[in-house]
Amino acid sequence: MTNLKLLSSLKRVVKSLRVGVISTVLSGSVIVTGVSAQELGWPEKEELKFGFIKLTDMAPLAVAYEKGYFEEEGLYVTLEAQANWKVLLDRVIDGQLDGAHMLAGQPLGATIGYGTKADIITAFSMDLNGNAITVSNDIWKEMKKHVPHEGGKPVHPISADSLKPVVDDFKSKGKPFKMGMVFPVSTHNYELRYWLAAGGIHPGFYAPHKGDTSGQINADALLSVTPPPQMPSTMEAGTIHGYCVGEPWNQQAVFKGIGVPVVTDYEIWKNNPEKVFGVSKGWAEKYPNTHVRVVKAMIRAAMWLDENNNANRPEAVKILAKSQYVGADYEVIANSMTGTFEYEKGDKRDVPDFNVFFRYNATYPFYSDAIWYLTQMRRWGQISEPKADSWYKDIAKQVYRPDIYAQAAKALIAEGKAKAVDFPEFATETGFKPAQIHFIDNIVYDGSQPNAYLEKFAIGLKNDSKI
Amino acid sequence: MSKQQTVPMIFNQVRDINWPTLNQFLTATALPIVGIVIFLGLWSLMAKNIDTSLGTFPGPGAVWQQTIVLVDEHNTQMEKASKFYDRQEQRNAARLAKDPSYASKIRDFTGAPTFFEQIWTSLYTVMVGFIVASLLAIPIGILCGLSKNAYTAINPLIQLFKPVSPLAWLPLVTMVVSAVYVSSDPMFSKSFITSAVTVALCCLWPTLINTAVGVSSIDKDLINVSKVLRLNGLSHVTKIVLPSSIPAIFTGLRLSLGIGWMVLIAAEMLAQNPGLGKFVWDEFQNGSSESLARIMVAVLTIGVIGFALDRIMLALQRTFSWDKSAVLR
Repeated sequence: MTNLKLLSSLKRVVKSLRVGVISTVLSGSVIVTGVSAQELGWPEKEELKFGFIKLTDMAPLAVAYEKGYFEEEGLYVTLEAQANWKVLLDRVIDGQLDGAHMLAGQPLGATIGYGTKADIITAFSMDLNGNAITVSNDIWKEMKKHVPHEGGKPVHPISADSLKPVVDDFKSKGKPFKMGMVFPVSTHNYELRYWLAAGGIHPGFYAPHKGDTSGQINADALLSVTPPPQMPSTMEAGTIHGYCVGEPWNQQAVFKGIGVPVVTDYEIWKNNPEKVFGVSKGWAEKYPNTHVRVVKAMIRAAMWLDENNNANRPEAVKILAKSQYVGADYEVIANSMTGTFEYEKGDKRDVPDFNVFFRYNATYPFYSDAIWYLTQMRRWGQISEPKADSWYKDIAKQVYRPDIYAQAAKALIAEGKAKAVDFPEFATETGFKPAQIHFIDNIVYDGSQPNAYLEKFAIGLKNDSKI
Repeated sequence: MSKQQTVPMIFNQVRDINWPTLNQFLTATALPIVGIVIFLGLWSLMAKNIDTSLGTFPGPGAVWQQTIVLVDEHNTQMEKASKFYDRQEQRNAARLAKDPSYASKIRDFTGAPTFFEQIWTSLYTVMVGFIVASLLAIPIGILCGLSKNAYTAINPLIQLFKPVSPLAWLPLVTMVVSAVYVSSDPMFSKSFITSAVTVALCCLWPTLINTAVGVSSIDKDLINVSKVLRLNGLSHVTKIVLPSSIPAIFTGLRLSLGIGWMVLIAAEMLAQNPGLGKFVWDEFQNGSSESLARIMVAVLTIGVIGFALDRIMLALQRTFSWDKSAVLR
């Protein structure tokens, strides 16, 4: 630190002597920041601190930093790992962090006041897919008996049907069957619940109006919160029998030999939206140019991550393996980031879209994605009252901000850093994806009709049902 | 604590046997070396046999290797920092050329702190916490020692708060600091204040109690001298009380600093404040195959620094104490 302080003060002296000279030399030459400046104003705030959780899908942040994309926008960003999702959200709300890698459900949950009430918005979706459900070795041993096999290998996707006998056995012995997920409004919670419910295992209801936020009412499987990096050790300690989490914590279980990933979220819902980049609404209003520039840098990072058919992924893995980012071993991170996924030890399969950062418009904040999360909040009782379809749309429009995304994308296109074909047609894009069919239980999701969608589930709250 | 005391005791017993001087010298240097060699041997033997889910437990070799890696990482980061400053100058200059109203400034490097920067942060924090605590504890201790009534009034509070673990204070301190310490351009970061206050809360007590005891047990003759000379209150404290209770005060300070250092590591770990504790926690979270060795480097560093701090306090105590004949250890 002293070194640095000394260095910076020295530089300051040198700089004050040299600025005059350099500015005359450089005034003719092209520096990247200058080009966009005609349309997009200078950033109002240049020193920013962003939070993240140690997961591979924080990659766009690390890449934007390491590749200098933030600096090219005139932003001096510090990235800081956070202890858990709650701390991260609180620090964004109270302004200690300018923005953060967030669970898609966090800005929505905060806006509707589930948990901490605060206005958080997002203009950038960080990735698609990237999670998996892992069970401990013991559970897998029991489960495997019920999994159909072909050529000696389990047939994927594995549905929770094969877990049901195990859970029933636990119940008959009066033992609780416990699983970990990372946060009450996390994608993992909803994916795990979706998978369990599709196999007839009730994951439990929330009843916030009665002060019950445990999410274990009527539950066959008891879900509880564990921070992602602690998942493997918590399962190793026997506190939970399985978990749903992002990478590298599923592959870590394989490497440590303590558990087996049974299903990826790609198989539960193909190309499901995962993390978003969230900022507080007040911050976004105060620093609009800064916000657009942050999104610009992150779009570039996402493009880099998916460029040439994932050609840059090994380099990205090297960055992520640094101890200040994800910090797990290169091999563990590479296992999922480079287009493969290892289930049972040795059973490594190609899942080229396990982590998608840019293709399929992964970075665009679709309203229909927001509404899916809201429907799941309703399904499991986090939203205790029935809501009209219009309410879902209004909340989605409050939180998801494709207008800011479009500004950033257009600036990149104007600068020649991106091609218009890589983005949705901004003039006509409604923000609603066409009806999506790729769910593990084959139920079709149409974001424009949330209540009709809820009617389709056998397990879960719908219309006017109440706990 | 007991280990620290028993080891010198053994030395003293060894020393008491009347051996020739050369032998005496040899035992004084050779025994610690023998101890360390045996420890290293046992460590590497044990390490090989402990299999964790992060690989085998690191032996001395792996730890030494990670020490070198940490030094390399520090150097690489410093290089990156210097490039960062160069780029920043160019960017500032370019912007000034386009936008002359821009008030350019050089920002500190935005990269992650290295191991050595974390050490510095920890040391700095513990020193601030310790000094603040001492500035409070010594005057209160003197007051308690001088006045039986003050002591009786304050004693229950001391006894109540002394055994409280730093980790119990931490949530309260965190919340109070973030509520009270509000400034748009803070001189210190909140996390720094939180750690320093937690350290201060925990290292108040040994200094306070030892000062009080030291002051109350001043030689009656000295107090009579003060009475005969009719010293006023201030002179009584500076000429009689302080000099005679210096050994006791320093004993308290040494204990406090030791406690402060231990508390700080725990506080940093729990509150995610920058420093060595955070380094340990981050490595634990990373769960890479090198994590354990890196944590071990930190553990040894914490030990070495704790030892060095204690020796520094001992040296200070020797310098300031009037009683040069007293045996200090």
